[in-house]
Amino acid sequence: MDRVLGDKRAIFVLLGPALLVYSLVMLVPILWSLGYTVFDGNPIVGFTFNGLGNFTKFFQDPAAWSAIWFTIRYALVLTILQVGTGFGLSLLYVFWLKKASSTIRTIVFFPVVLPTVAVALLFQRLFEAAPTTGPVNSLLNVFGIPSVDWFGTPDASFWIIILMDLWRSMGFYAVLLYAGLLDIPEEMLESARLDGAGGWKLVRTIVLPLSLPVLLSSLIFSINGTLKVFDTIIALTNGGPGNATTPLTLYMFQTSFTYGEYGYGSTIALMLTILCLLFTVFIFRSTRRDITKG
Amino acid sequence: MTTQTTAIASVHPRGLTSGGVPRSRRSTPRRFFARLPIRILIAVLLIVEIYPMLWMFLGSFKTQSEFLNDPFWALPKTWSLDNYVEVFDSGFGHYIVNSIIVVFPSLALILLFGVAAGFALEVMVWKGRGTVLLLFLAGIMVPTQMILLPLFTIYFRTGLTGTYWPLILTYVATGLPLTVFMMATFFRSVPREIFEASTLDGASILRSFWAVGLPLVRNAIFTVGLVQFFFLWNDLLIALTFTNSDALRTIQVGLLNFTGQYGAVQYGPTFAAIAVNVLGTLLLYLFLNQQVMKGLTAGSVKG
Repeated sequence: MDRVLGDKRAIFVLLGPALLVYSLVMLVPILWSLGYTVFDGNPIVGFTFNGLGNFTKFFQDPAAWSAIWFTIRYALVLTILQVGTGFGLSLLYVFWLKKASSTIRTIVFFPVVLPTVAVALLFQRLFEAAPTTGPVNSLLNVFGIPSVDWFGTPDASFWIIILMDLWRSMGFYAVLLYAGLLDIPEEMLESARLDGAGGWKLVRTIVLPLSLPVLLSSLIFSINGTLKVFDTIIALTNGGPGNATTPLTLYMFQTSFTYGEYGYGSTIALMLTILCLLFTVFIFRSTRRDITKG
Repeated sequence: MTTQTTAIASVHPRGLTSGGVPRSRRSTPRRFFARLPIRILIAVLLIVEIYPMLWMFLGSFKTQSEFLNDPFWALPKTWSLDNYVEVFDSGFGHYIVNSIIVVFPSLALILLFGVAAGFALEVMVWKGRGTVLLLFLAGIMVPTQMILLPLFTIYFRTGLTGTYWPLILTYVATGLPLTVFMMATFFRSVPREIFEASTLDGASILRSFWAVGLPLVRNAIFTVGLVQFFFLWNDLLIALTFTNSDALRTIQVGLLNFTGQYGAVQYGPTFAAIAVNVLGTLLLYLFLNQQVMKGLTAGSVKG
């Protein structure tokens, strides 16, 4: 038995192609990219050894700090909003809509499958101020509020980006958390109801603690996804106005492909990777502590 | 990593069975008013989700002057297809063909390699399989930005730049970690006895894989395929990096550059281009929404 299930030749045939492509196109470039971080230049003009120069440059670069700050702010705000809204929606599905929730679930989920570029172009038009007045500004005008140039100021742009990504993702987190809520045993909810817990008390004392594991994984998925935001921003604001909405991913892209600085670009990419790891570990740690306390 | 594993395991088998809590049978006259805020909330939710799509669709039939002079809620005066004709005249059809040429071969390779690797890592018994699985998992965490620059150099040096290969190779490699991981999870739920029985019956392991393993995870392969299709079809970062000419542009890169072609925004054609872009995934979702929801949430590790 073990001889057949451990057949070396079969393992090679089955695993070989995947491992080969994965190693050549992912693992080798990852290590290669680490190597780039101590060099300056690009393949056309050649590379010169730069030691830790790229790292000192990174920490003294105001544009890099602005990108880090934007990335973290965006990731934290969107993570809280999308997991929070998703949880709210999942409670709505389970406790109010019950069996009728299937259609609503499907409708609220659908923006997830839409291409980001298409949604971004649509949102540009929805929030347009001039030359035509988009629906949002038209609505404001109805209430006597003058049109707002949403993409003209850093703050307004930030919130449009958040709003658009929330629109795209809340249905997704709702379904993810909904599946978690269904795992709560009905007897537990029933006995809590008999004990007089209802409404928010039931949610706070029973539902929330029991859905903590799936909430935790949602937070980790969300923070890892949002720290890597790229499509939304390049299509919606292209980092503007100025570089006010430029995240690390876009800054890396511009540095590498517009200015041809491969060494510095790789350094930014590495910093982004480290940021993702730090946040994942941090969420892990902080929630673990809470569980042991409760 | 362990949490991700358990999260996926808990999402997958339960699926999205429409269950829920049986309603408490308490009916009062005040009930209608008690539920009113919820009804309003749901109405607002539906408007927010559906209206932008409807507005986009109607807009794709409007002329430039209708956009500039009429309020946004006005319906198009005629249902002319001029905007769509203009979209395809500007080469959008070619972008769609490019996307198809790149996405479907990538998808086939991802599934073939990924399912085989998932089988080798989960069903077969050998030293070091845990390490290899972890190696694949690491690929889910690492941002794509880490591999772009070396790949750019590699493709340039090997003369692949300017062909479809950089896109296909990169798509296959970036699609594999999630596929291997999900397939390993699916194979884990297949009782081992089935493979042991087929081995006792004298089947070689490759035959067990092909004749027993594959049919058992057929639905899973379909789900993973759907998920990967959405990731590849909607990809912007990789397509933007490796398409150096208009001839290679995929549908997303084409749409991103679409508005740039004109001085002033041509509203009608832009809306029509968005509509064409959205149509494929929207139709797919219309018919397969349950599988899509199940698959995408199971693949949520990808973030």
